[in-house]
Amino acid sequence: MRPIHTNAVIFGFTLGTVFAGSYYGLQRLCRVRMFSDTLSRINLWLWNAIIVAAAVSLMLGKTTSKEYAELEWPIDVAITVVWVVYAVNFFGTLARRREKGMYVAIWFWIATILTIALLHIFNSLERPISWMKSYSIYAGLHDANIQWWYGHNAVGFLLTTPILGLMYYFLPKQINRPIYSHRLSIVHFWSLIFIYMWAGPHHLIYSPLPDWAQTLGMTFSVMLILPSWGGMLNGLLTMRGAWDRVRTDPILKMMAVGITFYGMSTFEGPMMAVRTVNSLSHFTNWTIGHVHSGALGWVALVCFASLYYMIPRLWHTKLYSVRLAEVHFWTATLGLVIYVTSMWISGVTQGLMWRAVNADGSLTYTFIETVAAIRVYDVIRAVGGAVFLSGVFVMIYNVAKTIQQGSAAVPAGALPPGAVPVAGGR
Amino acid sequence: MAWKWHAPLEGKGLTFSILTALAILVGGMIELIPPYFLQGTIDPIPGVQPYTALELEGRDIYIREGCVNCHSQMIRPFKTETDRYGQYTLPGEGVYERPFLYGSRRTGPDLSRVGGKYPNSWHWIHFRNPREIEPRSNMPPYEFLSRSELDLSLTQRKLEVLASLGHPYTEAQIEGAVADASAQAAQVAAALEADGQKLGELERRSETIALIAYLQRLGRDLAQSPPAVASAGAAQ
Repeated sequence: MRPIHTNAVIFGFTLGTVFAGSYYGLQRLCRVRMFSDTLSRINLWLWNAIIVAAAVSLMLGKTTSKEYAELEWPIDVAITVVWVVYAVNFFGTLARRREKGMYVAIWFWIATILTIALLHIFNSLERPISWMKSYSIYAGLHDANIQWWYGHNAVGFLLTTPILGLMYYFLPKQINRPIYSHRLSIVHFWSLIFIYMWAGPHHLIYSPLPDWAQTLGMTFSVMLILPSWGGMLNGLLTMRGAWDRVRTDPILKMMAVGITFYGMSTFEGPMMAVRTVNSLSHFTNWTIGHVHSGALGWVALVCFASLYYMIPRLWHTKLYSVRLAEVHFWTATLGLVIYVTSMWISGVTQGLMWRAVNADGSLTYTFIETVAAIRVYDVIRAVGGAVFLSGVFVMIYNVAKTIQQGSAAVPAGALPPGAVPVAGGR
Repeated sequence: MAWKWHAPLEGKGLTFSILTALAILVGGMIELIPPYFLQGTIDPIPGVQPYTALELEGRDIYIREGCVNCHSQMIRPFKTETDRYGQYTLPGEGVYERPFLYGSRRTGPDLSRVGGKYPNSWHWIHFRNPREIEPRSNMPPYEFLSRSELDLSLTQRKLEVLASLGHPYTEAQIEGAVADASAQAAQVAAALEADGQKLGELERRSETIALIAYLQRLGRDLAQSPPAVASAGAAQ
């Protein structure tokens, strides 16, 4: 169940929204139609076929067991095909652009495309046994090292950089103001992509990985606070002077809370990468809480905001109900807070109970006592998750109604020049 | 306001992409390549042997059923961890682990030293229903595995592939993979029956048997030949 959940959220929901958002933004930023409509269609259908195949094969127990890379080799090959299709389509469009400069959102999407290609290929090298079974070409520790280089940077380049791209495109559009600082964009883009790739070993602290590699992973993880907060500040400061509109605009509300959660989880993450904290937090629910403050807080809210922006425009209409979007915002935020808080408490409880010792040095608790102790938080967590999910159903209803009332889809591309977003400082 | 030096770069898609690729490559190269050549991270510990055919099948069931989502196999070098689970994990232990199964979360306890901790019959009952052994357990029952016949059609191929990746299986072990697995399964089943469990014909050849064989192997190699040299190695 867990791999189905993670694959559906990362590859189904997030990457689906990223494909849509980057196709939408890229054409407007380049003032040209996508390089090839056929490639776009292949991207759409093959990708969704992969998501279905992923759900089915995981339910059948076909898994490599490597986190976020569970899918077996034929699906890995198909993912590579989709990625090449996406890359050709993306760079083809870029090459034919009618706007000289590339806006910062495009940089983040470029970094996403290149990095994910690299990570996916090297982590998925395996020797097939049959159609749905393979063994990794790496063994033990090396496999772990490669896996977490992949795993951590999948977070970085599937759940961070493309979402920053969405933020850099949709936030200025919605607020109708340029990005706060172009210089900050430059600094935080280059430092973020450089530093991110070093941080993987923080998943292997106190493992048999050589100490120097663990220390590098920890150090670079702490350094990541700076470029991450660069992105957060650039987003939040763009809203300067427009905060009154946050009161009435659910899209801006989602952006504001999303970016704030980005800042919080990119502070929490580096702290958890520090050895002392990690010794408590590793293997506990705290990690799960951290992931969800990033995934529900940052990724999902910015994706929701982007969808609320794009969909009415794609169908040439207005959002069916702004009120329902408000409801969605509040259920999402409430669910998120309930979820994350319960997991923090649960994780710290686990960590403390595992390490508690009596005066004579013997362990205070048996493992099962720690399981029983966190049961109540699991219930609270489920409530938080359900509240969050109910908001998603509200969104689906709202979107379906919006599409219903809109006219048929009109191809994007030949837009008036005014549709190009204001890029900061140029 | 823009920095002048960066502006031309923003107009050149290819150069920009190449620089981006360079920026993302550095960290991975420095962290991933050297461990391959470092002493202590690649040498097998004396006494650590590859899995038998049946244990390998058991391990693949462990992977298929997603056990790694709740059980870690990585013990950290703290007293509270080694008191609870045993000797902390060493680099050289993993040479026959494809893929690695460290896990990232302990909904249940670590299993890397579980071999020999409980009798086979404990596992048999525990897989049937964990709450028969521990009423507060939150582990799902895996009784269906005892009704599912162990599939050995790929076993020989698995050993062949692993041998080509460097696992020291002999020709005889590869040729006799299926026979070996069946023989070991019969041993496990016999031990269960000697322990008072009643097994049907199918249950004697079931997936639970392979899974028990795998679990009983975990950590045994080290227990039999304590790692005097290896513990002085890379893992402090």
